[in-house]
Amino acid sequence: MEAGSQTAVAARLDLGGGRGALPGWAPYGVLAGSAAVSAAALLAGGAFTIALTLVFAVLVGCVALYAWSRAVEGPRRAKDRVMTLAIASAFGLAMVPLISLLYEVGKRGLPGISLEFFSDDARGVINGGGAAHAIVGTLVITGVAALISVPIGIMAAIYLTEYGSGKLRRALTFFVDVMTGIPSIVAGLFAYALFEIFFGPGIRLGVMGSVALSVLMIPIVIRSAEEVLKIVPAHLREAAYALGTPKWKTITKIVLPTAFAGLVTGVMIAVARIVGETAPLLVTTGVIDSLNSDPFNGRMQNLAVYAYNEYRSPGVLKQASYDRAWAAALTLIAIVMILNIAARLVYRRYKTEIR
Amino acid sequence: MARVDTTTNAGQLLAAASGGRRRVGDRVFSNAATAAAVTILALLAGVAVFLFVQGLPAVTASASELPGGKSLLDYAAPLAFGTVLAATFAAVIAVPLAVAAALFITHVAPPRIALTLGYLVDLLAAIPSIVYGLWGIFVLGPAAVPVMGWLEEHLGFIPFFAGPASTTGRTMFVAGLVLAVMILPIVSAVAREVFSQTPRKLQEGAQALGATRWEMIRMTVLPFGKSSIISGAMLGLGRALGETMAVTIILSVSGIVSFNLISQANPSTIAANIALDFPESSGLAINTLIATGLVLFAITLVTNMGARAIIARQDKV
Repeated sequence: MEAGSQTAVAARLDLGGGRGALPGWAPYGVLAGSAAVSAAALLAGGAFTIALTLVFAVLVGCVALYAWSRAVEGPRRAKDRVMTLAIASAFGLAMVPLISLLYEVGKRGLPGISLEFFSDDARGVINGGGAAHAIVGTLVITGVAALISVPIGIMAAIYLTEYGSGKLRRALTFFVDVMTGIPSIVAGLFAYALFEIFFGPGIRLGVMGSVALSVLMIPIVIRSAEEVLKIVPAHLREAAYALGTPKWKTITKIVLPTAFAGLVTGVMIAVARIVGETAPLLVTTGVIDSLNSDPFNGRMQNLAVYAYNEYRSPGVLKQASYDRAWAAALTLIAIVMILNIAARLVYRRYKTEIR
Repeated sequence: MARVDTTTNAGQLLAAASGGRRRVGDRVFSNAATAAAVTILALLAGVAVFLFVQGLPAVTASASELPGGKSLLDYAAPLAFGTVLAATFAAVIAVPLAVAAALFITHVAPPRIALTLGYLVDLLAAIPSIVYGLWGIFVLGPAAVPVMGWLEEHLGFIPFFAGPASTTGRTMFVAGLVLAVMILPIVSAVAREVFSQTPRKLQEGAQALGATRWEMIRMTVLPFGKSSIISGAMLGLGRALGETMAVTIILSVSGIVSFNLISQANPSTIAANIALDFPESSGLAINTLIATGLVLFAITLVTNMGARAIIARQDKV
């Protein structure tokens, strides 16, 4: 962070040893100018689109800025300016998909959102129906996954920060990192392979999806829990020990409460990460049109697979199916965003101030 | 860290020495923590073991019993090719962008808004893959059709853009672009982490010698972060190799092996093939798909372990 202001100071000092300098508005002015020129040229050529205009604006802007700066400030400053512009543009380019995606999901998802979408399932309906069964399924499957992952994950994090030593600790640290990279479909196959041995081929259960999601969720919980447990200051533990508190009580009464807000935040973000998983559920929980809230009995629908199926095998009214797919996507994004924002709010509101 | 360990151990000794009754609670709790740790290692081993056990029947079966009447190797090879092609293309697009975005956040943007910008990039990782898939097929695909036409017309001599260009956008090109967007946040996060750790004295030294900001970045920040950029790229590659839904939805597949990124006929990927075929399969077909899943697991495991090993070495320095 400091580097930014350092750079600004250095930039002001390093204006090429007595040479001139471009005015402060130069990069913005050049960019605006080249955007105008590009737009005009494209309009004249009959190929105007916003995307093309932006691409040409950056390219023309780079060249123009380089030429101007080189003439006034010399080649080194010119290169610096062009690279700054290029880096900023790259960041802008990376943001384009995010903006486009959120906009499109909002625009295409809203028509499919209705009371029916949240209240009805799709049983016996030829065209239409709601996604209540999928929403319930998502909540149950994700909830069970969290019930499995949170205790294991947090205990493992406690092991890493409070108890662990030697080979096991090193192995766990390394393999938790490796686990974060397991492809989600492989987690699904694992759950299927595990349950098939006990229940026979073709088995589909809600809880299988939860097991698959746990494989993906546990490493995320461990990572975030470890981070927050690590920053609980050692002097709190030492004070507890000095009062003769046993270690397990120190952990449960001092360390965990101190880190509580961080732990909750981590769990919420982990849930947000897995709530939209599709692939592992596609191979474990199956497809069903009616509401089923028992994870240990029969197939279970969920929002992500629902969206996929509405897209993959649309009904006779294609657009209505697509609308429902987008509505499910919008619902998922809303859940993810709410979880992410709530996680941050929880942390800001309840975190323990440590001096 | 070391300090915490010693004090903790001392505390443990003291606590342990101060009464037998307390020791029971301690033993239960520490065993529970250790058990959780062992469970996780067992889980990872379990993934490999169960996939192996269920994949084995496909390995030992004769070619005529398998789907398509092909041997497992002939079945898996085009899929493995498609997987690597899509992931490599995605990484080639994503890594430079991710590094630039990380530089922007750590060294170019005003420090006041850097945190928010970082959050925006991380938001890309929070979006479910199914949503990326729908966005790819309905929005990016159609938008990419003229681009692919242009590529065919002007760069058609390169095998990647040989054409004939697809008119639907259901191509490797579009799938790779979506994968690139999906892996950008993880690559960027790794790069950001190490860029912000570049020693201040190096950066200030460079500027004191009169370096411009770009020269400072090129001479201190980038060399310092080089190995992390590589490992970040590998992590991103691992993500892209295993990414399923976006590819499943976007790609129009046929079992061919081709470097052509923009045509209607594309090799499938291992993950997408499983997602497409698994729900309707039974018997040996399931075992075959699980065997390909094991191959995917092995490929991503090696990639990720390599990346993590590089990061671990960097941390020690």
